[in-house]
Amino acid sequence: MLELYDGALNVPEIITRWYAEETDYNYGAYIPFVGTVREEDGIDGLSFDVYEPILNAWFESWVTKAALLGAKLKMAHSRGDVLVHESSYIAAVFSPKRRVALETIEQFVEDFKASAPIWKYDLKNGQRLYARERSTAIQGAGLLGRAL
Amino acid sequence: MVTIEFLGPIQKAPLTLEASSLRDVAEVLKQDAEMAQWLDNCAVAVNDTLVASLDTALKSGDKVSLLPPVCGG
Repeated sequence: MLELYDGALNVPEIITRWYAEETDYNYGAYIPFVGTVREEDGIDGLSFDVYEPILNAWFESWVTKAALLGAKLKMAHSRGDVLVHESSYIAAVFSPKRRVALETIEQFVEDFKASAPIWKYDLKNGQRLYARERSTAIQGAGLLGRAL
Repeated sequence: MVTIEFLGPIQKAPLTLEASSLRDVAEVLKQDAEMAQWLDNCAVAVNDTLVASLDTALKSGDKVSLLPPVCGG
């Protein structure tokens, strides 16, 4: 399940609802990871662009991978502006036992940072500035820049 | 005609052009000065699937997307 929201996430509502949705499935472990905007370098907040078609495909590939381990993934992310001390990201894994959940959440979040088609901007002094230095080129990037 | 769309922070309106492969798209974009900072770091998708070869064939109606470096979360 992938959920996108305009603005900040309602973290208590989402993680409580996800917990309730899975209570009948005999999962022994539920690990939510919550990403919150920190006060840093004078920013007022962050802003996000999301490209849904490829994000959906990327997420579904992870759902399939997790299912092979008996695990289930859920994710929520913001579009647009999220202010300091608000949250923009939740990833969660459910699995029968803790080891699969711990390993899956780490791999999933790391691949999310490297591959999910989401772009981050700093909100600062009334401007929306692409966070280029903190961004990662997707694997295989640079194709169109190669010598012809 | 093929449509080229520029995602995220690339401030550029979509282009339409004749192209039979991504090599043709690269040739056009390399002549565009405002794309110079992006071609070496963008991933490329055709009809929303990431691709890895300049020889990827294109047909009329295809959509080529350029995805600059990402940072979700």
